[in-house]
Amino acid sequence: MRRVDGLLTIAQLTWLEARRRRIVLAGLLCGLAFLLVFASSVYFAQHYGTPAGTVSLLQQQMQLQVVTLAGLYAVNFLVVALAVMLPVDSLSGEILSGVMQTIASKPIRRAEIVIGKWLVYWVIIAAYIVLLAGGLVLLMRLITGFTQQHLPVALALMWLEATVLLSVSIAGGVCFTTVTNGIIAFSFYVVAFFGGWIEQIGVMMGNASARYVGTVISLVSPTDALWRLAMHLIQPPAMAQVQVTPFSPASVPSAAMVWWAVAFVIGVLAIAVRRFQKRAL
Amino acid sequence: MMTTVIETWALRKQFGSTVAVSDLSVCIRRGEVFGFLGPNGAGKTTSVKMLLGLVEPTSGGATVLGAPVGDRSCRARMGFLPEHFRFHDSLTGREFLRIHGRLLGLHGAPLERRIDDLLARVHLLEAAHRPLRQFSKGMVQRAGLAQALIGEPELVFLDEPTSGLDPLGRVLVRELIEELRARGATVFLNSHLLGEVEATCDRVAFVKQGRTVHELSLKESTAALEVELKADRTDSSTLNGLRNFAHDVRLDGSIVRLRVKSENVVPEIARWLVGQGIGIHGLGSRRKSLEEWFIEVMGEDQRPG
Ligand SMILES: Nc1ncnc2c1ncn2[C@@H]1O[C@H](COP(=O)(O)OP(=O)(O)OP(=O)(O)O)[C@@H](O)[C@H]1O
Ligand SMILES: [Mg+2]
Repeated sequence: MRRVDGLLTIAQLTWLEARRRRIVLAGLLCGLAFLLVFASSVYFAQHYGTPAGTVSLLQQQMQLQVVTLAGLYAVNFLVVALAVMLPVDSLSGEILSGVMQTIASKPIRRAEIVIGKWLVYWVIIAAYIVLLAGGLVLLMRLITGFTQQHLPVALALMWLEATVLLSVSIAGGVCFTTVTNGIIAFSFYVVAFFGGWIEQIGVMMGNASARYVGTVISLVSPTDALWRLAMHLIQPPAMAQVQVTPFSPASVPSAAMVWWAVAFVIGVLAIAVRRFQKRAL
Repeated sequence: MMTTVIETWALRKQFGSTVAVSDLSVCIRRGEVFGFLGPNGAGKTTSVKMLLGLVEPTSGGATVLGAPVGDRSCRARMGFLPEHFRFHDSLTGREFLRIHGRLLGLHGAPLERRIDDLLARVHLLEAAHRPLRQFSKGMVQRAGLAQALIGEPELVFLDEPTSGLDPLGRVLVRELIEELRARGATVFLNSHLLGEVEATCDRVAFVKQGRTVHELSLKESTAALEVELKADRTDSSTLNGLRNFAHDVRLDGSIVRLRVKSENVVPEIARWLVGQGIGIHGLGSRRKSLEEWFIEVMGEDQRPG
């Protein structure tokens, strides 16, 4: 009996395609360009900014922390864009062009097609997060000597946030055409982003119903809640409590949000697989 | 040894309110080259997709290679060239075949050897290192053919395999089908080129508005030999006498048309007519062309669509 390794072959094909379409290269170059811009602005701020001695050590540390958070905020946007765009036409495009017909007529489970693709994108996104966020923190340290605490947990949460979006984009590819899918997956993020702000405002103004609405939105779309959780964990408790920066969430999502997001990913993928199994190719 | 490769019962597929296939009932035997004919939109492609598990039937049933339709492991023994075949154009010809070989469970040196053989067979060995983007339409089609054959399938579905091929490419397809036949494989061929179907197929089915309306054997073509007779006496006793030799005896003006089982019957008819003292002005036999069959079965009113 011949052994058919469908999952691995689909993963190979997906990776080959991503490389050939220069998706990996583009991601790499844009990431490096971002890091270059970030590093040079930090460098010039450090060397031509406030003269040393005029601010206290604590203040200086706080400033550096804010700069790092701002950088990670930008990284988060890049990661979100990648998680939405990378798989956006993967399934819909292959279904439309008929490429899927030759693949799916082989002795392979449809689930293997969905999960094989998902896995490759999942790993690419992880690598992208490590490159961008890791590179940013490393550059910060080399230029200013600032050491970011709790980086791994923040990166893991960012990865989970991107995983949610990746799964939504993959699932959308089964049911919708490429552009529709892109719009839906991106809206999914923006709604969560907006819900996050509603929740913040609700907490700050003591408006319980605004807070409630925000929480409900973050249950529907947990991406922003994960990001806020990451931001909260990464900054010193003192700073998080006084909420001096836009990166210090007023309302910190509960850790249960992590489990909700994991369940969300599994659920969305299960739906994607089911829909794909029923899909006429 | 199982002799039935495909059997379907009232297989039906509906897309929303559109009925693509309303009642597909065919039985295809091992080693047969089976032609599936019908006008555009008759449901040929949808039928093939159902048999391959790409489209789930709305109702009805089928077995393919002894397993219920859609069975996964059986697909390792099948090959498929889709209509309008396309693949990711950034892959080279060789990478494309390698991926599909792996999806069939082939690996390593045997797979590479198989790829080399097939590339040579479809005349793509020189182009194999180029991305499919740089292939011409016919080259892509031939790569698709190689893909359909890579797992040495027992059953091959070819959906309009010669579309986009030049005359040499068409000869190639015909030869590949002959090779499959020689190997004992079964071929399911969708085609509009009736001349080609006539040259390659053992049996054909006509499908009209999603329904198989007629089946015809082309090899031991019994009903297909038509005799035309011009005689000086065509009264009813003559016609009745002729019915001993042939079925479907019709008087068409002054010409008698009849269908006979084989060519050997024609001289017998001549002898009988002479014995009866009937003068023969003309007696000829010819096989009805597939095109004539097509038009007769479909009716002249059939409009494409
Ligand atoms: N995915 C689909 N959604 C809706 N309708 C479909 C779909 N696929 C096919 N059809 C419809 O089903 C009918 C049969 O289509 P099919 O492609 O099977 O015809 P065909 O016999 O292969 O035609 P052709 O000779 O043009 O290739 C057509 O009316 C077509 O519009
Ligand atoms: Mg068709």
